[in-house]
Amino acid sequence: MHLAAYIGRTLIRGVGLLVAVVLVTFVLVQASPIDPMEAYVTAENPVSQEQRDAIAAYWGLNDPPLERLEKWVSALAHGDMGTSMYYRQPVTEVIRVHFMNSLMLMAVAWILSGFFGFVLGVVAAAYQHTRVDKFIKVYCLLIASAPTFWIGLLILMVFAVWLGWFPLALGTPIGKEAAAVTLGDRLYHLVLPALTLSVTGISQIALHTRQKLIDVLNSDYAVFAAARGETKWQIVYHHGLRNILLPAVTLQFGSISELFGGSVLAETVFSYTGLGYVAVVAGTKLDLPLLLGIALCSGFFVFVGNLTANLLYPLIDPQIREGMTHE
Amino acid sequence: MSNTICQTIKKSTFFWQFNLRTRTLAAIAGAFVILTAIAAAGILIDPASYAPQFQQKNLAPSLTHPFGTDWMGRDMFIRTVKGLSTSLWIGLLAATVSSVIAVIMGVAAATMGRRTDSFILWLVDLIQGIPHLILLMLISFVLGKGMFGVWMGVALTHWPILARVIRAEVLAVRNSQYVLAARKLGSSRWKIAVKHIMPHVVPQYIVGLILLFPHAILHEASITFLGFGLLPREPAVGIILSESMRYLTAGMWWLTVLPGASLLMMVLLFDQIGENLRTLMNPSSAQE
Repeated sequence: MHLAAYIGRTLIRGVGLLVAVVLVTFVLVQASPIDPMEAYVTAENPVSQEQRDAIAAYWGLNDPPLERLEKWVSALAHGDMGTSMYYRQPVTEVIRVHFMNSLMLMAVAWILSGFFGFVLGVVAAAYQHTRVDKFIKVYCLLIASAPTFWIGLLILMVFAVWLGWFPLALGTPIGKEAAAVTLGDRLYHLVLPALTLSVTGISQIALHTRQKLIDVLNSDYAVFAAARGETKWQIVYHHGLRNILLPAVTLQFGSISELFGGSVLAETVFSYTGLGYVAVVAGTKLDLPLLLGIALCSGFFVFVGNLTANLLYPLIDPQIREGMTHE
Repeated sequence: MSNTICQTIKKSTFFWQFNLRTRTLAAIAGAFVILTAIAAAGILIDPASYAPQFQQKNLAPSLTHPFGTDWMGRDMFIRTVKGLSTSLWIGLLAATVSSVIAVIMGVAAATMGRRTDSFILWLVDLIQGIPHLILLMLISFVLGKGMFGVWMGVALTHWPILARVIRAEVLAVRNSQYVLAARKLGSSRWKIAVKHIMPHVVPQYIVGLILLFPHAILHEASITFLGFGLLPREPAVGIILSESMRYLTAGMWWLTVLPGASLLMMVLLFDQIGENLRTLMNPSSAQE
């Protein structure tokens, strides 16, 4: 009962946020000084004034902004996000195709960075004040301060250029038909961007986990457990993990927004055709429907991440569960 | 009598602190000097010194060109310093504006009633609901590419975290025992704000401001790298790195590694200043 109310409240808030995201994006793009016509019609293929007018009418560029927004929203309600000006395809189709690429990339990076970040954090805390701890700390600090795209470039340089183990760019082999691309090909092209995102995603969760576990290990009950004769790893297992798992899960779900930004950079470095890559294209070509669609999609993605974290709390933490029923 | 005892204790603790404190202060001062030097160098450097010189193209790093030269024979070291300086100034401006927004929002949320509070929190959620980079791309694009678009974008997207910190701090102090006592003793609101609340919020603000710099600088570089920020003719680290991508296969590693590493160094220096200041200003860790 309380859980239902809680879910309902969170959902309403989320929908409100998504609506605001759409409005903000639309206003921003409307205010932009770049003329989509100029961006679309390049100097290489000049067109007459009549053709320009025809294209503008076809895209509805002459309609007042409010009318365009209205049209877009009413179409959205029917599951139609309009047609991308640049790709000449329905936006939903463009997003669907590229989103799968991004999703694969982000899912792999998210799981890897979450797992290894957590493990590194636990190890660092367990071996506090030793060389292992110092090494992990320095690594995390360096990674957190380095630009993601630079790390990507370094990885590209070492593994693709020098060692030649992995392909230089793109999400699929060049010159192969889309139907002929196997899952193996895709995974092969996924390795480097995913590695970049995982390497950069580790630091935050590792540092956080380390700090939390150190707090736990210094607490009275951990000292008492040591006095009872438990070994360090027994203490970590019995008293540490349960306490540090919840903040770690929260943090990892909260980092989805950052992961999305990181994937834009990683996809650009590796020319991996995912949603981030398309977002950059849409931005430079001022493809309004596509850009709105991507902003909405990314907002939705972040929202789902936060919602999942909120819904997981009661499952992981008995205190919250108790609090809900006694509210 | 008791007064003298008090003084000797105070003196001895102060003396005991002295070494570590000085060391921390020295670290802060050192980092500060390097950053000022970079900022000043960028202004003083003559554009002619990184102009194309086609007789010395694609040189590997050497003593005359510490970072090598690119395919147009431009000295990469001077270009990098110039780019770092640009990043630094943008970061400085953007982080300052952003922190002012954060203070206004944070204080308003904590003091101006429930409705303002929930509105500002909603605004924070909204900004954090869109991935930072996408929002940044949009804002800097709308305002026209170039320096203005970038710093406005960075300034408008970086305040939420600091605003939350300041809101929490003000709320905690406002409801604390000594503020309630001061109010009961008849202190004016202004006096409470200046004497009791400010001393808590100001250190948080300064540390928060300095820790905003690295974010601002990194985001500026990222957005420039994607082609939404500074223009290609302006020397910026993001531009240098995006150009270097085309020369990776040609084995010109110095175009990528060295400018990126110096950007990393600069970010680390800011982090150092921020963390050291935090240690100094926080009473519970000032003696560590």
